[in-house]
Amino acid sequence: MSNPQTLQYSKEHEWLTAADADGVSTVGITEHAAGALGDIVYVDLPAVGDTVTAGETCGELESTKSVSDLYSPASGEVVEVNQDVIDDPALVNSAAFEGGWLFRVKVTATDELMSADEYTAFTSAAG
Amino acid sequence: MSPRLTALDALHRALGATMTDFAGWDMPLRYGSEREEHLAVRTKAGLFDLSHMGEITVSGPQAGELLDHALVGFISALGVLRARYTMICREDGGILDDLIVYRTAEDEYMVVANASNAQVVLDALTERAAGFDAVVRDDRDAYALLAVQGPAANAILSSVTDADLPGLKYYALLPATVADRQVWLARTGYTGEDGFEIFCAPADAEHLWQALTAAGTPHGLVPAGLSCRDTLRLEAGMPLYGHELDTSLTPFDAGLGRVVRFDKTTNGGEFVGRKALEAAAAQAEANPPRVLVGLVSEGKRVPRAEYAVVDAAGAPIGRITSGAPSPTLGKPIAIAYLDAAHAAPGSAVAVDVRGKHEPVEVVALPFYKRAR
Repeated sequence: MSNPQTLQYSKEHEWLTAADADGVSTVGITEHAAGALGDIVYVDLPAVGDTVTAGETCGELESTKSVSDLYSPASGEVVEVNQDVIDDPALVNSAAFEGGWLFRVKVTATDELMSADEYTAFTSAAG
Repeated sequence: MSPRLTALDALHRALGATMTDFAGWDMPLRYGSEREEHLAVRTKAGLFDLSHMGEITVSGPQAGELLDHALVGFISALGVLRARYTMICREDGGILDDLIVYRTAEDEYMVVANASNAQVVLDALTERAAGFDAVVRDDRDAYALLAVQGPAANAILSSVTDADLPGLKYYALLPATVADRQVWLARTGYTGEDGFEIFCAPADAEHLWQALTAAGTPHGLVPAGLSCRDTLRLEAGMPLYGHELDTSLTPFDAGLGRVVRFDKTTNGGEFVGRKALEAAAAQAEANPPRVLVGLVSEGKRVPRAEYAVVDAAGAPIGRITSGAPSPTLGKPIAIAYLDAAHAAPGSAVAVDVRGKHEPVEVVALPFYKRAR
């Protein structure tokens, strides 16, 4: 798998797009994280209008075997959540970097994030 | 301590398996999607490496009497080349392990224990053998164990063996030649499907895996890991030691009192745990403290082991022992110990999923039964 160069990455395995003209970025989890979790069966996302904080939990991902916290890589107001993923959580496994996005946030600050190459090195080092 | 590797370890890695530590063994958890592996076993077939299971051979003129004394079942009454699900209990009736015993000859039995309990079972059998003309042998390293499970298992096996498969009934076994290798071929499993378990020499495991893969692929067989094995047995309502069964519970607590054979005629009817189990049987009859039930959720959140089951007022009335999203039902399911007053099928209760009370319905086990 390869991590898109256009994205930034958190240590908690979320990705973040560059902000668009309105200052809004899209958040998802990486293919590496989705692969480690196994089949995802339930996602609990923040609601539109919620304020999320970089580095803090903002939801949950359940797979067949486990429950994992979802951390936000950015601070700001949630402006959209991906209803497709709520209806079909397997999208996170099949299209982690695209159709499996989780929510969109109007970014006021971000966590310390990694480039694609740094994240690739980070995940290989962590095994 | 580094984990133990099965004879198929290199093969699992070549297949890209996600490995997991299980009772000190490095075992394949899944090869790809556990849901796909689960559905393949329900509709076609799956190939499992179960070499972590613990084989113990008991032989000698009094092997049957020893097992009648040491286990709760009436083992000496088992026909040669037949198998039986049974348990080994402590003197106080607590379950040490659940087992399958295969009678491999007139005076020889193979006891198959859970990996996590194999040493405990070996020690208990060795201790309980005192005074019997029988030998207890640790055969954990003598066997690898493969399983082919699913509706296509019979067709797959029939293409790699001349053994009499139509004559091989559920819970029976045969010495057989499979893909030119000598094995014990048993019609047993832990998935709720038809299938076979193949006890072979570790040196033959890779050859057999490849031969079964080649024979099975046209039938839709896929390699299947322990993750789907767990959801398959859960749907089939089969207990897992450490979840539904442990030393604080008797077979009667677990709704499996039928495995305790008070009618044994060997050793004057005495066996380890008899007195405590008689009391447990009476208690279960008169006043069951709690009952093992199934729960089905209409929601998406998964009730998991150790979560509390609560009543409408939020008061605890039980605990979950196993839970998972059911690939066959498309809903979260769980097994729970529930106060008898709430245990009737159709009862509406709730599960405390990390602070949120998710409504669930009590159902009779199993969740899934294959059409015969």
